[in-house]
Amino acid sequence: MINSSLKTLSQMLAKKEVSSVELTQAFLNRIDALNPEINAYIALDQEKTLAQAKAADIRIAAGNAEALTGIPIAQKDIFCAQGWQTTCGSKMLANFVAPYDAHVISQFDAAGAVNLGKTNMDEFAMGSSNETSYFGGVKNPWDFTRVPGGSSGGSAAAVAARLCAAATGTDTGGSIRQPASLCGFTGLKPTYGVVSRYGMIAFASSLDQAGPMAKSAEDCALMMNVMAGFDERDSTSLNREKEDYTRDLNKPLQGLRVGLPKEFFAEGLDANVGKVIDAAIAEYKKLGAEIVEISLPNTGLSIPVYYVLAPAEASSNLSRYDGVRYGHRAESYTDLMDMYCKTRAEGFGAEVKRRILIGTYVLSAGYYDAYYLKAQQIRRLIAQDFEEAFKHCDVIMGPAAPSTAFKAGEKVDDPVAMYLQDIYTISTNLAGLPGMSVPAGFSNNLPVGLQIIGNYFDEARMLNVAHQYQQVTDWHTRMPEGLA
Amino acid sequence: MEWEVVIGLETHAQLQTKTKIFSGASTEFGSEPNTQACEVSIALPGVLPVLNKEAVNCAIKFGLAVNAEITPRSVFARKNYFYPDLPKGYQISQYELPVVGKGAVTIQVPAMGKSPAYEKVVNITRAHLEEDAGKSVHGAVEGMSGIDLNRAGTPLLEIVTEPDMRSAAEAVAYAKKLHELVQWIGICDGNMQEGSFRCDVNVSVRPKGSDKLGTRREIKNLNSFKFMQQAIEFETRWQIETLEDGGTIQQATVLFNPDTGETRAMRSKEEANDYRYFPDPDLLPLEITEADKARVKALMPELPEAMKARFEAEYGLTSYDAATLTASREVAAYFADAVKAGADAKPAANWVMGAVSAKLNAEEKAITQSPVSAVQLASLLKRIADNTISNNAAKQVFEAMWTGEGEVDAIIESKGLKQVSDTGAIEAIIDEVLAANAAMVEEFKAGKEKAFNALVGQAMKASKGKANPAQVNEMLKKKLGA
Repeated sequence: MINSSLKTLSQMLAKKEVSSVELTQAFLNRIDALNPEINAYIALDQEKTLAQAKAADIRIAAGNAEALTGIPIAQKDIFCAQGWQTTCGSKMLANFVAPYDAHVISQFDAAGAVNLGKTNMDEFAMGSSNETSYFGGVKNPWDFTRVPGGSSGGSAAAVAARLCAAATGTDTGGSIRQPASLCGFTGLKPTYGVVSRYGMIAFASSLDQAGPMAKSAEDCALMMNVMAGFDERDSTSLNREKEDYTRDLNKPLQGLRVGLPKEFFAEGLDANVGKVIDAAIAEYKKLGAEIVEISLPNTGLSIPVYYVLAPAEASSNLSRYDGVRYGHRAESYTDLMDMYCKTRAEGFGAEVKRRILIGTYVLSAGYYDAYYLKAQQIRRLIAQDFEEAFKHCDVIMGPAAPSTAFKAGEKVDDPVAMYLQDIYTISTNLAGLPGMSVPAGFSNNLPVGLQIIGNYFDEARMLNVAHQYQQVTDWHTRMPEGLA
Repeated sequence: MEWEVVIGLETHAQLQTKTKIFSGASTEFGSEPNTQACEVSIALPGVLPVLNKEAVNCAIKFGLAVNAEITPRSVFARKNYFYPDLPKGYQISQYELPVVGKGAVTIQVPAMGKSPAYEKVVNITRAHLEEDAGKSVHGAVEGMSGIDLNRAGTPLLEIVTEPDMRSAAEAVAYAKKLHELVQWIGICDGNMQEGSFRCDVNVSVRPKGSDKLGTRREIKNLNSFKFMQQAIEFETRWQIETLEDGGTIQQATVLFNPDTGETRAMRSKEEANDYRYFPDPDLLPLEITEADKARVKALMPELPEAMKARFEAEYGLTSYDAATLTASREVAAYFADAVKAGADAKPAANWVMGAVSAKLNAEEKAITQSPVSAVQLASLLKRIADNTISNNAAKQVFEAMWTGEGEVDAIIESKGLKQVSDTGAIEAIIDEVLAANAAMVEEFKAGKEKAFNALVGQAMKASKGKANPAQVNEMLKKKLGA
């Protein structure tokens, strides 16, 4: 049951083969058994969770269930959920109980899904290994000595270890796709503006985007049907007609033009990962795809541009954590300035402080033009690279991450090495494009993800491209031995 | 050395919208602390701003009213600084691209001593939309400071002028004009006590004839025109004395103390924050089309300048009278209502600016609270026009109407103020006067024009003021063969 697709679970619930309470309890039992080791969840509240499951069963009995009614979902702890501890992985918000629901949360509530708990994450989504979390690291279910990736590391481990039926994540520079690659499941970052950011704790507002993390493309499509949609409370939310993301899943791929950016297969890519990606591309050829060589010449600039813009926005977004109204406040202080300094020194971890310092610096008088403005200009060039590329292909493919999961502690003292984890994912955030990671095989028994990048609003097509691959491969059905 | 003062103003006008600029919380003044602080006002994690279109309409109205360029694509920016009453740690404002660009207002500077009244154009540099901060409350709880976020997020329009003013009188005339204008177009209630209209004044001095600006000091948060006048005068004297004593002026922010009448530096600009402005990624650029402008324009009242021109053309009023009547929308409406009710325009203008204003000023009343309505004034003026009463008698009637003694005709009747227009009666009075003042008649015949006026006076006196002066004049001329 824990391995079943969302569609299968939905059918089992509809046929009363299992109740939502039973299904939910099965996951809760598994969480009880495995979470102390894996540390995927920060907050659990069985009472709340089971109350939702009971309500779902009533709704199913009443015959007005939707696709995800009664299905237990894990929520990244970046989403405010009323009555739930909502920490964003930080000491700063360790005591914060959200008094309102994020749009994503209320969408799942309206769909009748069950909230299993809040998943661990890098502090304020800043990190690629989940090691910056105030609540401790998360173990990669494939190898407990390794990281799950980040920042959505808790959701990633929860999906991979079957501690939930599916999970939500957010992706500012790769935080859904890189952990999906490292933990061997399917994750989608939608086009910027497709999922409302209301109630999603901001890291870098112009880059943040929520998306599904699940076992298959089909599951991601069902999750997207719940998560996506216009929300007037988010000014950057796009007012588009509601879509059914499952509509194109079964289309054949004959004639699909797949662009391979030469910059994604250059120096820096682990050779074994490269081989897995090559094999996946070969599979697509068999499915009728046509391969096109393309170039994204400004790819190399994406990391420096990102590490100007994202910290700039973050330095401002995180100013509200000042100890005045909620969250952590230093116990003793001499005056207002002392209160601010101690509160923020105690409440934020090293990586968050590093980014606040970078961001404050690049926005300062005298540096703004050289850093922030210049980075914005290059951001436009990066978007133009993709615009040009999509004249020649329908989707772009390449690795989602340069390597497989690395050892815990391996990169914690080398921020730049850590930042390079997002080399293949960051440019899509800068361009606002959708991207996904799909399990494509293994290297030394560790999962490797194939990245699929689509044009704006092409999520349904990308899900189709991934789904067809998952019809002829079984990488996405594999799960870590010993956790079965 | 002769000195010249150079003044520019930055005014924060609180916009009259029902809800805040970036959330649905109410903007009402005076509620219990933090009862109008929604999740956006408190800046909870995850909340986002959504622009209130009504605030944008207010900005467009202002732009149209000062003939300004309205920016087709303006940008909201974050002004970053830490303060307990600033919940997000940044204020959403506009920086490089404000919604309203260059414009101008014409001000009337009143006569002072020997210098006559004059008009002057003050150029507007820009006006931008931004949100207000909350308030710190000290001492409500012993030994603690509290924060009230009811005001946080209230929409403001910050209106910035060029350094065009050259005296405290000009600065005050501009502030008054702006104060009236924002109320006229209905974007601000103008309540200075509640902080709906606050002025910061930049003052510098330079040797007369110099075209280089001196170092300025900014007087913050002036909430009355009287204080503004006093503050600028003190600040100007202080700067001149400092320079004449060989000192230099440091750029600074100063506060005016109404008790001492002095300005004092609050902080020097050297210690000022670097606000690290950057475009707010949570808000899209604000796009305003020609159609938006046309739609707002259609909702706007006739502007004071246009109304002034119309009063001059339609009613033959002087420029000064027309400007005085259109200095306030309520006064203009009162005048227009009186004319509409049948009063002749010129006497109506004189009465509104004269007797009516004098009474209102004496009793510190607004014209909307006038005990004598525009229609009542018109009925009084009609009785002057149709010779029922004299101008002098009309003043008595007006006093009686003011104190609520009744309507015009009833008062004229009860006080016996009806003018005598009976030719026979007037002739009898004149004959009497001529007989009793033979000396004056002689003087007149000898060429002394003044004697004629004296005889008119005598006739009026004899009639106890009731004789129709025009008839007296006419008949007297006839009798004297003049």
